[in-house]
Amino acid sequence: MIPSAFDYAAPTTVEEALGLLSAADEAGDEVKVLAGGQSLIPVMKLRLADPSLVIDLGRIPSLSGITDDGDFLTIGAMTTHHVMETDPLLATHLPLLQMAAGTVADPQVRHRGTFGGALVHADPAGDMLAPVLATGATFTVSGPNGQRSVDAADFFQGYFTTAVEDGEILTSIKVPKYTGWGAHYEKFTRVAQQWSIVAVAAMVRIQDGVIAEARLGLTNMASTPLRATATEAALAGCALTQEAIAAACAHAAEGTEPASDLNGDAEYRRHLVQVVAKRAVMKAAGLQPDGLKRTRE
Amino acid sequence: MTTTAESGPAGAGRADIGRNEIGKARLRKEDAHLITGRSRYTDNMVLPGMLHLAMVRSPYAHAKITAIDVSAAKASAGVLAVLTGADIAGEQGSLPNVWPVTPDQKAPEHPAIAVDEVAFSGEIVAVIIARSVAAARDAVELVDVDYDELPVVMDLEEAFTDKVLAHTTLESNKSATWVFDSAEAGTGTSVEDALADSEVVVERTLYQQRLIPAFMEPRSTVVDPTGEQITMWSSTQIPHILRFALAITLGIPESKVRVIAPDVGGGFGGKLQVTPEEIITVVAARRMGKPCKFTETRSESLQVGHHGRAQVQRLKIGATKEGIVTGFSVNLLADMGAYLGLITSGIPILGAFMYNGIYKFPAYRFECNNIFTNKPWTDAYRGAGRPEATFAIERMMDELATELAMDPLELREKNWIKHTEFPFATVAGLEYDTGNYEAATAKAVELFDYEGLRAEQKRRRENNHPVQLGIGVSTFTEMCGLAPSRVLGALNYAAGGWEHAQVRVLPTGNVEVVTGSSAHGQGHETAWSQLVADRLGVPFENVEVLHGDTQVSQRGMDTYGSRSLTVGGMAVLAAADKVIEKAKVIAAHMMESSEDDLEFANGAFTVKGTEQSTAFGEIAFAAFSAHNMPDGVEPNLDSEATFDPVNFSYPHGTHLAAMEVDTETGHVSVLKYVCVDDVGVVVNPMLVEGQVHGGLAQGISQALYEEAVYDDAGTLVSGSFVDYLVPGAPDLPHYITDRTETPATSNQLGAKGVGEAGTIASTPAIVNGVLDAVRHLGVKDIKMPCTPSRVWHALQEAKTSGGVQ
Ligand SMILES: Cc1cc2nc3c(=O)[nH]c(=O)nc-3n(C[C@H](O)[C@H](O)[C@H](O)COP(=O)(O)OP(=O)(O)OC[C@H]3O[C@@H](n4cnc5c(N)ncnc54)[C@H](O)[C@@H]3O)c2cc1C
Repeated sequence: MIPSAFDYAAPTTVEEALGLLSAADEAGDEVKVLAGGQSLIPVMKLRLADPSLVIDLGRIPSLSGITDDGDFLTIGAMTTHHVMETDPLLATHLPLLQMAAGTVADPQVRHRGTFGGALVHADPAGDMLAPVLATGATFTVSGPNGQRSVDAADFFQGYFTTAVEDGEILTSIKVPKYTGWGAHYEKFTRVAQQWSIVAVAAMVRIQDGVIAEARLGLTNMASTPLRATATEAALAGCALTQEAIAAACAHAAEGTEPASDLNGDAEYRRHLVQVVAKRAVMKAAGLQPDGLKRTRE
Repeated sequence: MTTTAESGPAGAGRADIGRNEIGKARLRKEDAHLITGRSRYTDNMVLPGMLHLAMVRSPYAHAKITAIDVSAAKASAGVLAVLTGADIAGEQGSLPNVWPVTPDQKAPEHPAIAVDEVAFSGEIVAVIIARSVAAARDAVELVDVDYDELPVVMDLEEAFTDKVLAHTTLESNKSATWVFDSAEAGTGTSVEDALADSEVVVERTLYQQRLIPAFMEPRSTVVDPTGEQITMWSSTQIPHILRFALAITLGIPESKVRVIAPDVGGGFGGKLQVTPEEIITVVAARRMGKPCKFTETRSESLQVGHHGRAQVQRLKIGATKEGIVTGFSVNLLADMGAYLGLITSGIPILGAFMYNGIYKFPAYRFECNNIFTNKPWTDAYRGAGRPEATFAIERMMDELATELAMDPLELREKNWIKHTEFPFATVAGLEYDTGNYEAATAKAVELFDYEGLRAEQKRRRENNHPVQLGIGVSTFTEMCGLAPSRVLGALNYAAGGWEHAQVRVLPTGNVEVVTGSSAHGQGHETAWSQLVADRLGVPFENVEVLHGDTQVSQRGMDTYGSRSLTVGGMAVLAAADKVIEKAKVIAAHMMESSEDDLEFANGAFTVKGTEQSTAFGEIAFAAFSAHNMPDGVEPNLDSEATFDPVNFSYPHGTHLAAMEVDTETGHVSVLKYVCVDDVGVVVNPMLVEGQVHGGLAQGISQALYEEAVYDDAGTLVSGSFVDYLVPGAPDLPHYITDRTETPATSNQLGAKGVGEAGTIASTPAIVNGVLDAVRHLGVKDIKMPCTPSRVWHALQEAKTSGGVQ
């Protein structure tokens, strides 16, 4: 399919991009920023979005890359899934994000699609959202009035809706390091390359042979990613056995509001999240759960 | 990926001539250009002054068109014309259905552009003709159509009740009722009596979901009306049938139509059609006097390309306590969709002769009601009728085995036709020429480690393992090589089932083979080259295969129904044999000997008992220069032949699937898949392997992944590949394939069709395996596709209803 006609701009600095955005805003034009285009272009081709101006962020070097900022890693919004998947800093300090990025789509999409684009697009089935939420990251958003920071807990606001306002750009994400934590992103799909039906992002800190602390994010269990707070609480002090972890993860559906679709109804998802959480936590803790080996593991 | 494929020497030299071509795993001649970007698909065609079309489609599944305002669209930049159904009512005709299955078959008029009423979502109501694709697309949104919505009927069983009508112009949703009764046909006894007398009767209703043939290349058509003829390039499986159909539908002399199928990126039956878009492109091109192109989007392809399967199967099978099947009763509802396409109505009937499978029970009755709904029409999809039949009988054999507490293989063995009993006249009225079900099954059982897996299954059941194991069996046969023309005539199909070929000998001794088969991925260029190289003794590389252009290949019946080798290939061989006969006369003259003293081998005629010989190339040149021809002999070796098969071909095989079911999530996975197919004599094992692998993928996909889903208003919900799930390589198992070889007797090579075998056999193997894994937990049936959610819900229901056996 062919999108409607649109103008195209490729600024080389964030300031220039913001200038273009506010000019378009004043003129009343519909405008979209383009990151990897892996979600925006299909939506434009289906004519579900008809921007008259597309501002490509791909020529702004300062927006990509991962830097070590002491207790944090700062990840540029334009960093591709492929870089996330292969970056050594991430592998050491945030293996959860690295693993999740590796489950997104296929290599072609991962070479184009970006971390920031996925987060702003905010598809509830998107794989980068729950891991970021679980880490408690902070989002840096630039707009006409300068920069502001948004906590992960406030960033995701609903279906395809985030705290990024019209005229603003997500520039980077500051993620605390979880060096030494066990991590696993368990994604449940029908075929290898598919959006998550349900997925669970898990990080555990093991101390004295038990789970001392756990952080869990749930993918596609509501219109936004969720923290599995009841399960996190139940996992504190949990023994490293399948039974104990399963009992804790039986809380995983609490507070969720999953949708029903062709891949499963809400009832199924509420059940599934408990199984997927159990498997995610066990793998994060270095245990091998029962169950079918999936092709992408 | 698996067994076989002992590849032949690359580029066989002269020493290889005439020997062993048949059976060699030759690499495909057609691949180099396909994988290096030198392919030419229809959408690659660019003609001077070419215009572009975009279709305006109804968002409603059933509505009256009350007004169409095209003024804004017409005024839009780059738009040259907008045509509605009313504008072209006088010339568009009605799309052809060439298979009226009964004399009283009912069908609505089927205009390419709807005139008064639309009957499915996506039906065309207007066409934009513009200077660019973008301009055409933009204008689609500017066409203002007023609709009066009408009630829709989407569910097949509901449509059968006629409470809501799919068309206001018809009094019933029923198009036709087609019956075969073995007692009436004299091929067996009464099924009613047989079931009444049976010690065991198993009754089930099974569902064939609606499928979408998801070929790689979306359909595309270019029409050039500027020369003497109208030339159409189209992404089609059937250039010859299309030419004839365009002529009769549009009233254009056939001689004024040329159809070219260039590179075609797959079809699976989905391009065995005369489409509204093709008709519209012709009409537009003639009106504008300029070349026109229409290429569908993937969304359109999924939405309105014809669909497949979509049946409700009400089945009853009877048996003795010892497991001897006594009769099988089949009652179908077949979803036509809103219209009858080219052979929509005949698809379920193609299955009618196959519900008895490989078995020899005495009584059989088949009844099919063809029903209209407000969905796109269904039509051929890989296997066309036969996968449905095989699924029904193979699922029922497993249900019966469960009922009788018998091993499913043992039950089959008790009932199948023994290899000593061929040729065998079946209860459905066919004559199976050959087969050896014992041999294929024995080989499959061994490769599979049937006993070992049964033991593993027992262990997992006993220790209540979260991942249960099931074994699915499918012992299939099918009728293919469509088709003896007389049989088609008896079934009221409009055309014949022959195929045509021409073998042309060039002055150098190189050979051109012109075939009426129309390859769209199968590898005919390779296989036909092997056939002719073998027969004429010329090098494989020196054979060129031409196809897919009605001006080059004047006669043909095209490619579908696993017919190309067993019908088209035989025409090629017959034409090659005629070349040898013609060459012999000239060779005798050249060597001053008698024709009776010559023998032809390895590409040369030799005078028996002497060293004196003349090579094929020398004769070719002699015929070309014509300096010294025998009196009255034409200076030309070219020959042609038309082959009409005397019987179908009946490939068969035994497929075994070990299925793992994760009872915690409902996820299903194929642990091991073994198939031993008998496709008779094999021309190229690599091509056979490719057909089997692809076929398996498609059959497994019906069992586990694919389904066209509609909402209550009649809109396709699974309208993109996000929701219409097709598997990728990681989702499919490592297949273990092997073959037995029981030559067919109905053609000179002994070959049988292989294009559909994998698809037909695998679906029941998979579903039988899934059910075998969870039946002990109380699960009785799971509808296809067996999604994790469906499997999990089935397990939950079994638990709550306490159905554990
Ligand atoms: C075939 C396919 C399969 C896929 N499978 C998966 C999957 O399994 N899991 C998964 O998580 N994702 C999947 N995706 C989506 C993929 O992850 C995309 O990359 C992602 O959703 C969007 O990232 P992008 O960089 O392409 O953003 P774009 O498509 O360029 O933009 C998306 C939206 O975000 C806005 N935006 C982008 N960047 C910024 C910014 N810095 N500031 C403000 N607004 C911004 C855009 O304006 C647009 O509205 C798939 C995509 C495809 C095509």
